[in-house]
Amino acid sequence: MGVPIKVTVNGRQYEAEVDPRMLLVHFLRDVLDLTGTHVGCDTSSCGACTVILNGKAVKSCTLLAVQADGAEILTVEGLEQNGKLHPIQEGFREEHGLQCGFCTPGMIMTAYDLLQRNPNPSEAEIRHALEGNFCRCTGYQNIVKAIQYAAAKMSS
Amino acid sequence: MTTYVGKPVRRVEDHRFITGRGRYVDDIKLPGMVYAYIVRSPYAHAKILSIDTSQASTAPGVIAVLTGKDLEADGIGGLPCGWQVNFRDGTQMKEPRHPVIAVDKVRHVGEPVAVIIAETREQAKDAAELLTIEYEELPAVVDPQKAVEDGAPLVHDDAPRNLAFDWEIGDKAKTEAAFQEADRIVELELENQRLVPNAIEPRAAIGDYNPGTDHTTLYTTSQNPHLIRLLLCAFVMGLPEHKVRVVSPDVGGGFGSKIFHYNEEVIVTWAARKLKRPVKWTAERSESFLSDRHGRDHRTKVQLALKNDGTFLGLKVRTYANLGAYLSTFAPAIPTYLYGTLLQGVYTTPAIYCEVYGVFTHTVPVDAYRGAGRPEATYLLERIVDLAARELNMDPADIRKKNFIPPFDGIEQPGYQTQVALQYDSGNYEAALNRLLEMANYSEWRRKQQELRSQGRYIGLGLATYIEACGIAPSAVVGALGARAGLYDSATVRVHPTGKVSVYVGVHAHGQGHETTFAQIVADKLGIALEDVEIVHGDTAEIPFGMGTYGSRSLAVGGSAMVRALDKILEKATKIAAHLLEAPESDLEFREGRWYVKGTEKSISFPEVALAAYVPHNYPPDLEPGLEAESFYDPKNFTFPFGAHLAIVEVDPETGEVKLLDYYAVDDFGNIVNPLVVEGQVHGGIVQGVGQALYEEARYDENGQLLTGTFLEYAMPRADEFPMFKVDHTVTPCPHNPLGAKGAGETGTIAATAAVANAVADALQPFGVKHVPMPMTPQRVWTAIQASQQVS
Repeated sequence: MGVPIKVTVNGRQYEAEVDPRMLLVHFLRDVLDLTGTHVGCDTSSCGACTVILNGKAVKSCTLLAVQADGAEILTVEGLEQNGKLHPIQEGFREEHGLQCGFCTPGMIMTAYDLLQRNPNPSEAEIRHALEGNFCRCTGYQNIVKAIQYAAAKMSS
Repeated sequence: MTTYVGKPVRRVEDHRFITGRGRYVDDIKLPGMVYAYIVRSPYAHAKILSIDTSQASTAPGVIAVLTGKDLEADGIGGLPCGWQVNFRDGTQMKEPRHPVIAVDKVRHVGEPVAVIIAETREQAKDAAELLTIEYEELPAVVDPQKAVEDGAPLVHDDAPRNLAFDWEIGDKAKTEAAFQEADRIVELELENQRLVPNAIEPRAAIGDYNPGTDHTTLYTTSQNPHLIRLLLCAFVMGLPEHKVRVVSPDVGGGFGSKIFHYNEEVIVTWAARKLKRPVKWTAERSESFLSDRHGRDHRTKVQLALKNDGTFLGLKVRTYANLGAYLSTFAPAIPTYLYGTLLQGVYTTPAIYCEVYGVFTHTVPVDAYRGAGRPEATYLLERIVDLAARELNMDPADIRKKNFIPPFDGIEQPGYQTQVALQYDSGNYEAALNRLLEMANYSEWRRKQQELRSQGRYIGLGLATYIEACGIAPSAVVGALGARAGLYDSATVRVHPTGKVSVYVGVHAHGQGHETTFAQIVADKLGIALEDVEIVHGDTAEIPFGMGTYGSRSLAVGGSAMVRALDKILEKATKIAAHLLEAPESDLEFREGRWYVKGTEKSISFPEVALAAYVPHNYPPDLEPGLEAESFYDPKNFTFPFGAHLAIVEVDPETGEVKLLDYYAVDDFGNIVNPLVVEGQVHGGIVQGVGQALYEEARYDENGQLLTGTFLEYAMPRADEFPMFKVDHTVTPCPHNPLGAKGAGETGTIAATAAVANAVADALQPFGVKHVPMPMTPQRVWTAIQASQQVS
């Protein structure tokens, strides 16, 4: 039995009938084909599925799609505007903030949330904000630098 | 002069990843695709008495319920092991059948028992609840030392004492003699704990079969698609290799765990052919914990014989290596040829003897995990060296310098022949340590340590000077050591008529950045722009052959193959250029993408020559059209990167908490193509290495239940646990490959674990604590302090 939901994702409206138990992340990936948001665990630990929901970072594996009814969602696919990378995306490239790329969308969305709340975070604040996002490749150092790069660029 | 090589070129692959357009296996959706859910054993050791599939088979959406018996009935074989390590007495390695799906017995928690295939993932999972499996639970053994005792439960009836092999290297008599002469012997019993690799992308596989053409495609999260195709076709399923394509698209990290040929790859391929529909399986993280091959898991006794002036005389090592329930693809090589052969370290120790027992237990199979054998060797060596320094009241830097192998470049001075089979290519170990001590201002840290101690604060300095063997491997050497495959690699360079270039490489990138670093080499070599080069990897339909990426081999082996193929391209292109310029080849000079007739301005560009090769109206009569070249490169030797790392920690004796204050690394990878990428490799490795030292552990209870089976129990390193690392390099080129490159993928996990362990022991010296077992959690550190206080 499907439940009808309406969501806005990356500025575009979608209407769909979803299984009540469907996770938001599976809705994004399987129904909307927005596969930039990843699934890295089943305990809401790794943060690979992080998206912005009504302005705040959430782990989309922790929400049901039906809970997102009426919400506005931003995923990594929605960051680039008119072919121009978002400063956070640019920061990740410039500072080599990614290797395999799997955790990257979640990292970027977490950074997006942080910089909205705190446009000029200290290194410690950045590291604290990344606590809920695992990266096995980079050792986090260049992710921190990527976010510092973005903060500087966004405030200039 | 280079335009790209040696420069921190930003990665070309990044764009797709930062915009959410990477294409990982789980992102692939094929028409008519169905989903596999794998029912796994809840017991470590049990007989399967019966499987009742009747209810599950009729559940909504279910297409098939398949068991090990169905698989055997279809003639599917077990998973092969790629390396043979025999017993010392010549008895052949015990190599019990490794079933894709268990039939009569299960031997570890997580072993596949049945597969449910349904229209949706949820339907398959729901139906699994309806499957009735009757087990008879049997006693299990998880500890490799207990597993070899009399009366221990047997994992395989045909492997007495649970031994797969016992193995030795070095000179036992010479080592015993050295121990007789020694002023003192320092010894330590240690555990190199079991780890779960935990690439952030869980493994996934899709089987796809076209009955019209009889073509089978397997999409899989693999570090080596060609190897998977070979094993799948020739050893497991008996499929015609030319009708099977294996694709490893974007892969979200491997760290060794995605080298091996896995049960699920066979299951989806078999099921897709059987059902004539694409079948997808994606691991949930808890499945990854129970089915990805684990790493490390050694119990070791190490003894170092030395003179009172700190000179090392001999080293003895005995290790029980846990192999898990079955022999995984590379498993026997890891605790032997990638471990015992590294016990020379960077020291002149004149006598070494090592024995290793490879032991089956009722646990997930153990295989290569980033560093693979070399972190285990380095951990024990660097711990025992530090303990020796402490006993002799020497600074850890000084005892190392006293025993370093003197510098040798492998050209003027020959390679260094170790006591344990290998010949090092080139090295300058003291230079790396000196650079580290200078960069870190080591003596200042020592002064600060004293000062803080007087204030009741305990910081520790931990050094690790390491060597590793990379660039696996010279085929003749590894063949003699038991490898059942050669370990060369290949590259094909295809110049298109417009002068754009595609390079098809047999190595695979899953984070390493080959699409950039390999392109840097091509662009410089051909004098063209970076954006005119594309590096293609991960698809057996496009790439002739390859052995994949592990053991830091991609650049040293695959990159060398590419350089050779590029040389062939230039050789042929020069002939064409000479014809077009109407000058002898010897009069031509190639620079920055143009051939010049020496001493004139007359020239022709690379794209013009490329076009002539494909539109050969005016063309050398004795030359074939086209411009494409292939090379298979089999290295002459391993490469031997080395370096020196320093960890600074502070231990809170009240809570036992360890805080990493600072970290310095000086590595020598030979020549570096892209310093940005190399530093990224170092950072990531350090965090993984520190993860082993302080946080990570796969722990089983005595019944074989994995107690750390999710990210809630298995502590992954997090961003807020680390300072900014300071990283530098020395450069001692590899003398035997055309790039002079040694490999940079694993040094962090090799050095950092030992450095942090040494730092914690150093911090706890005032408490009389000599050694804290890993992971050095607050509880373990606190307990070690308490135990030591009670003794004193």
